Amino acid sequence: MSALLAPLGVLGRNTLGLMAAIGRVTLFALQTLSHIVRPPFYSREFGVALMQIGWLSLPVVGLTAVFTGGALALQIYAGGARFNAEAVVPQIVAIGMVRELGPVLVGLMIAARVTSSIAAEIATMKVTEQIDALVTLSTHPMKYLVAPRVLAALLVVPLLVGIGDIIGVFGGYAVATGTLGFNAAAYIKNTVNFLELFDILSSLAKGCVFGGIASTMGCYYGMQSGRGAQGVGRATKGSVEAAAVLILAANFVLTGVFFSL
Amino acid sequence: MIELSNVKKSFGSNHVLQGVDLTIDRGTSMVIIGGSGTGKSVLLKSVLGLVVHDSGTITLDGQDVTKADRDTFLARFGMLFQGGALFDSLPVWQNVAFRLLRGSLKRPKDEAREIAIEKLRRVGLKPDVADRLPAELSGGMQKRVGLARAIAAEPEIIFFDEPTTGLDPIMSSVINDLIREIVDEMGATAMTITHDMSSVRAIADNVAMLHGGVIKWTGAVGDMDHSGDPYVDQFISGRADGPIEAVR
Repeated sequence: MSALLAPLGVLGRNTLGLMAAIGRVTLFALQTLSHIVRPPFYSREFGVALMQIGWLSLPVVGLTAVFTGGALALQIYAGGARFNAEAVVPQIVAIGMVRELGPVLVGLMIAARVTSSIAAEIATMKVTEQIDALVTLSTHPMKYLVAPRVLAALLVVPLLVGIGDIIGVFGGYAVATGTLGFNAAAYIKNTVNFLELFDILSSLAKGCVFGGIASTMGCYYGMQSGRGAQGVGRATKGSVEAAAVLILAANFVLTGVFFSL
Repeated sequence: MIELSNVKKSFGSNHVLQGVDLTIDRGTSMVIIGGSGTGKSVLLKSVLGLVVHDSGTITLDGQDVTKADRDTFLARFGMLFQGGALFDSLPVWQNVAFRLLRGSLKRPKDEAREIAIEKLRRVGLKPDVADRLPAELSGGMQKRVGLARAIAAEPEIIFFDEPTTGLDPIMSSVINDLIREIVDEMGATAMTITHDMSSVRAIADNVAMLHGGVIKWTGAVGDMDHSGDPYVDQFISGRADGPIEAVR
């Protein structure tokens, strides 16, 4: 009998563990929000976070978007040719990049680049007692380390998504006009006419949510890090895994919500 | 005066502090000795609230530290961490002046830098160190910067966590002498944890021996060699045989 119940026990323990983890992350996110809106504000740390998350992510975001946009144009052209619909390349590239691929790819790139960096930095600070030192210097680690990073990501990742969308559409344009024989003026006109304001706003909203997820996961795993190099490694790996999965899950939920509006 | 009464702290089944009673008088230097893993750091962090003790009371001038206003309470403390715990991303002078650049003790930037350079000079470092990053300094220099940061806001109470760990004997001696001089000069209350006996003799007014989660012996540093306590005797002589098990 006990052998039969053992799997249920494992399932129950794992479910409880998962619920507890969700609870801890939720509380952490709420604490972060409360620190964002209450003084003191650390403007230098906020400025550094803006640079690290925004400006320094531009190359990787741009390269990801331009290659994805180009590949998307080739795929749509090849796929569309099967039923004589090659002409829809500008429209599908635009909607594909703006509504879906732009925000998701930027989110995943931010998870890879920024989440890992935040988690490793904060975890190392914890391991080397720098976070304890902050406390003894009358500085709240949530205010000094977490709030500026999360606020910066909430503000700057939508901007990165917007830039990624534009560069992605440009990638499709370059391939379509350079190798597939599309007329440049017609391509731009079709793209602009097809896109709606709601497409752009939904893209930016996704960017804001994904930025919040990526930065919060980096900070959470960094602050919860275990001891030593292994602790830092685990925190970094865990933060990227959690951020990537949550971004994809949030994208699914948000897409559903936006379609229902 | 810092007073600990029946302080207990466990991590799971590991009962680190099992009822610590200790009094540190104002303006005196207390050194807590004990082997590695006996809970010295946990004790020190419990006083600062970095570790929350399970039971017992810790008071500062009669007020329970868990009920004190955190900012006001912490503003009275300075701390030198074992590894320095300097902020990698900030230059040395901003590490030293960290408290003076933000919060209730905030000063204009130029004034904070001047104070930082003066404190660096006090711990034997030249002003040209001020603009370097912590990673560019040797271990001994990092300890000195950590010491300068601990004293920058002229706290009433200074904690030293293993101040000579990882330093050569000469640098250890320099740091010990600096700590003693600074504590005397500032009239501060000091609490140091160490297992380096040269530090104990250089820094302490009083010594407490922590073993098995309790204070086994406490007294003046001059009485330490004739304490009659088998734990203290074994520890200061460094013998493998005695009541303290060599393998923990």
